[in-house]
This record gives sequence, structure tokens and C-alpha cells, in this order.
Amino acid sequence: MIKKKDYFKISNKKFNSRLIVGTGKYKNFSECANAVKASGAEIVTVAVRRVNITDKKKPLLMDYLDPKKITYLPNTAGCFNSNDALRTLRLAREIGGWKLVKLEILGDKKTLLPDMIETLKSTEVLTKEGFKVMVYCNDDPLMAKKLEDVGAVAVMPLAAPIGSGLGIQNKINLHIIKQKIKIPLLVDAGIGQASDATIAMELGCDGVLVNTAIAKARNPIEMAKAMKFSVIAGRKSYLSGRMKMNLFGNASSPKKGII
Amino acid sequence: MLKKNKIKIKLNGREISVNKGTNLGNLINKFKFPLSKIAIEKNNLIVEKKKISKILLRPNDKIEIVHFIGGG
Repeated sequence: MIKKKDYFKISNKKFNSRLIVGTGKYKNFSECANAVKASGAEIVTVAVRRVNITDKKKPLLMDYLDPKKITYLPNTAGCFNSNDALRTLRLAREIGGWKLVKLEILGDKKTLLPDMIETLKSTEVLTKEGFKVMVYCNDDPLMAKKLEDVGAVAVMPLAAPIGSGLGIQNKINLHIIKQKIKIPLLVDAGIGQASDATIAMELGCDGVLVNTAIAKARNPIEMAKAMKFSVIAGRKSYLSGRMKMNLFGNASSPKKGII
Repeated sequence: MLKKNKIKIKLNGREISVNKGTNLGNLINKFKFPLSKIAIEKNNLIVEKKKISKILLRPNDKIEIVHFIGGG
């Protein structure tokens, strides 16, 4: 049965949208802000970097996306070890009290696959420090369970490498992860087009995180809208319960009364 | 040559010179960084923003100032 209001809950916070969007790779902040608006997302991922000390007039992301109106999810993109990730998120918290964060520790520059040993270790440390950690991880059901056990508030396995747009490569694992854990499961990385997001949601994922597929679409604003609807469609399809699969044909029109 | 009343520090990896007696708050004001949108580290330790005007800069201090940018 479909609940009247199907909220997306992360760490006791309710959201209407199950789509999280990244804010990287856009032509400019204006395009980024328009795409976020079109996507209906209520959470956006952001990176932590040095301020520009030579060009003081350079626009700031916060001038375009108001963190009072949209939830910022600071990430650790570009970190290859636990120390750098912890440093980044502690700084992010200092900017404005953010506790909900995305942990992403990469193990390899070419594939951008996660280093799960460093990731697991950091999840535990951050949780003890009071962070609510959403974790970018491999699509490994056993590791997802371990992340939940050390306090992750959501696991976010890749569907394919970051920025690859290859779509969901291992549906079975996502399905198994969903059976193994109680915390929200989101597909992070690898979404290439709207139908990929629908498939993720039909597999039972609680949400989807998309960046490159929107930012690098020919028309990012329209793709943002497509992602919004594809996530809604996938969620409704999942909750509605698909029909049983049959090997043979089964006519839709009754046989009775055939002339 | 560094003038007598100046010291050298590193700000976001770049060497700059500031007047002796400059505090962290003066530095933030000089660059017009909006305090609500940044975080500050001094010699690898996070600095509480409300305390910046009490923190005197010393020669070779390493200051890092970060903010949020677009990312995935």
C-alpha cells in the first residue's frame, strides 16, 4: 500500500524529494542554481576548497544557493585518505554547523573507486564526533552492513564509476544491500540518464544522487526535470509492486464474445 | 627585503607579508572574506571564528581559509 505522504527520511530529517544533486561541473553558478531548482532537490552536495585570495570578486556558491533554503551536504571529494577527509569535514562543520555530511574517500585516481578500509575507519570516527555520515561506497552488501554497524546514516553505493554515466552495472548487489540494511540506500555515481535513476528507485533504493548526468547534459535544466520525474516514477513503481513476470503471452482483451 | 615592521605568513599556500601585530580578524577583514561563509585553520588547527580578533599572527604561521564550492 502506498502511504499518503512518502517522506524521505535521513537522520530523522524529512524531505519530499528523493533526488540529491551535485553542484559541480556546471558552466557557472547561475546554471547550477537553475538546474537545482528544476530538479526539485532539497539536498545538494558541495565541496570544500580554499577561497580565492587573488580574485576577491569571484562569485560564491552560497550567493546562488541559499543554505537556509536548501540543505548543503558537504562532501570530501578529492580526498584519498582518512586524515584529509576528517580535516575537510571538520572545516565544513565550522563554516556553518553542518553535521550531515557525505564521506567519499577515493582509492584510485583513474577509476575513482572508493577506498573502503579508509572509508569504514572514517565513518566510525566521524560518527563518534557527532557527524551524520552518508557514505559513498562500493556496491558490496557486506561492507554496506558494516558501515551501518559503525553508525552511517545512509549508504551510497556507486552504480558505476563517478562521472562515467555508465548506468547501473550490478542490480543484484543493490537489491541485496536493500535487504541487508535498515538505513537509507542511495545510488551515488554512475547515473547517465533519467531511466537509470528510475531503475535504481525500482530496485528499492531510497534515493539517487546525480551530478554529471545533469551538469553535462546538452540541456542541463531539462535533464534536471527529467531526473526529478524519473525518481518519482521509479519510487511509485516500486511502492506499487510490479506485476508477476510470465514466460508466455497473456492477452489483455477477454476471449469471450470474439466474433 | 622584509621591512622591520612586517612578518611573513602563508595564506592558502601563498606567502604574504603583513604588519607585525596583525591579528587573524584583521587579515579576514583585509581580504573581505564573509565570515559566515568560511572556515579558518591556523597551523593545521581549526580556529573558532568568534576568537579571530584575539589571535595574533606570528612569523611563518600557516593560515588556510576555505569555503563551499560546487562539487558532486
